[in-house]
Amino acid sequence: MNIIFREKDIPNIREFDVYVKHDGYKAFEKALRMKPIDVINEVKASNLRGRGGAGFPTGVKWSFIPQSEPIKYVVVNADESETGTFKDRQIMENNPHQLIEGALIAAWAIQATAVYIYLRGEFWDIAHALDKHIEDARQAGYVGENIKGSGWSCEVYTHLGAGAYICGEESALLNSLEGKLGQPRVRPPFPAQKGGGLYSEPTVVNNVETLANVPFIIMNGADEYKKIGTEQSTGTKIFCVSGHVNNPGNFEFPMGEITFRQLIFDHAGGIPDGKQIKAILPSGGSGPIVPATDEILDTPLTYEDLQKHGTILGSASIIILDETVDITWAASKMTKFFKHESCGKCTPCREGTYWLDKVLDRILRGEGKPSDVDLINNIAANMQGVTLCALGDFAANPILATIKHFPNDFMAHVGGELKAAGD
Amino acid sequence: MANTLAEKYAERIQHHLSKYPDKRSAVMPLLYIAQEEYGWLSPQGIEEVAELCDMDPTQVKSIAGFYTMYREQPKGKFWLHVCTDLPCALKGAETFYADLLAHLGIEDGGTTEDGTFTVEHVMCLAACDRAPMLQCNFHFHEHLDMDKMRELLDQWRKEAEAYANKDV
Repeated sequence: MNIIFREKDIPNIREFDVYVKHDGYKAFEKALRMKPIDVINEVKASNLRGRGGAGFPTGVKWSFIPQSEPIKYVVVNADESETGTFKDRQIMENNPHQLIEGALIAAWAIQATAVYIYLRGEFWDIAHALDKHIEDARQAGYVGENIKGSGWSCEVYTHLGAGAYICGEESALLNSLEGKLGQPRVRPPFPAQKGGGLYSEPTVVNNVETLANVPFIIMNGADEYKKIGTEQSTGTKIFCVSGHVNNPGNFEFPMGEITFRQLIFDHAGGIPDGKQIKAILPSGGSGPIVPATDEILDTPLTYEDLQKHGTILGSASIIILDETVDITWAASKMTKFFKHESCGKCTPCREGTYWLDKVLDRILRGEGKPSDVDLINNIAANMQGVTLCALGDFAANPILATIKHFPNDFMAHVGGELKAAGD
Repeated sequence: MANTLAEKYAERIQHHLSKYPDKRSAVMPLLYIAQEEYGWLSPQGIEEVAELCDMDPTQVKSIAGFYTMYREQPKGKFWLHVCTDLPCALKGAETFYADLLAHLGIEDGGTTEDGTFTVEHVMCLAACDRAPMLQCNFHFHEHLDMDKMRELLDQWRKEAEAYANKDV
């Protein structure tokens, strides 16, 4: 079932005419005939959760916006930078109007004056293609002044970043968009509140995939949408599968319909060269790693089921590691990522990632001591919950979860007996 | 001091300035234009952008330094960002990167003697399903191996020569 990847059923849906021929912008026109508050309530009732990683209920987020404020913004987070995530790119390349339509519905719902689509700088070609698609929508009267005679005006702009993972964090993204350093803000005030959003105005920040779900919800109603997926994980989810599989790529399924095993072996082609699967990173570098036990492999892919197993679905950037992978090396790769991407604002993250990387390098060079494993575990534990944004916690996960689940991989480098995490 | 960017790229600059209620927001798109004009973010380019965005040159320089896609130093004509992050590394990107550096006879972050290529390793570029991959200036090249890479390098060398001849 493809709610998002409709290009699989309708070739060239990226073109405005094709999109419109297949009911494109009908949901937006329907929304324009609804009261903004009813649009918010419909999205709330659908239980749509943010697809960027946090899984926050989208309609609830929209309802935080104070309607009395004259200037409000919708910001589309297209900074897709989580290791192993490449779904928003495919949406924008192949079904861009569905994103634009979803963003316009969000803008109507909160009565925004403008939409900014913040793309990572590396999406240069995509941003320029998107400008053309926005122009097509404008020519047809869906963007600009007095949209479809509603008396409401809204502009849609693209904005290119320039290479910084942290700008996917919503408050850092807003700073970056304002021409400041892309560093997180102290909250409250939250982006939805006066003083906390773009140019201090109330702002909704939503991920690309999240907004691409909205036209279906408005067109068919929350009840229809809720028939897809599970009670707590409604709708479809795009699973980005990479690493050691024969057929890496994006796969869209209703949440809860398939398990890890089905995704990896039936759809992503299984593990190359007859190797065994060793571990799964369900949410890129930032979510805790899990060993590929039968219990994990038979877990349905939903927010709630993954949480039961001590990890997260996040943005569903699923990286597969086969039996040849040294988990200590993988932990080091992820640590180097977070060390590079730490914005430097909060001490625990800036210093913690630096020291984790230093000690991990020492371990990998064969110069580590058994106490080094305790040391990195301790550093990581002290990075949790003490930074302005979640990057500090994300950076701790590759260490804490790898040591917990794969102590022997560290043992092999340092010898000695390893204590369980938290001891 | 004449503002070359303001004169030469008036329309594009105006387009970006008109997108935001605050001039400062245009600093990132304008830095890309400065980079296009000068090849890198030279002190001249930084000052011109600062003037256009109503900012202090120091602030503009800090923005330039924060992101990986701005050239704070002159680089080769073709700036290659090779992803060696975990998903790509699982698909052989580290070996591919080492082979590429050896082929060009440079170190990580180095520039070839003729000034044609600068090569760096970078973090995830959101193309994990098409590894190994790289970004050359603003465009992605995917499913790479050294055979394909040699062809691309030849093609870019020819483009660099054609460009140099045109300049003269």
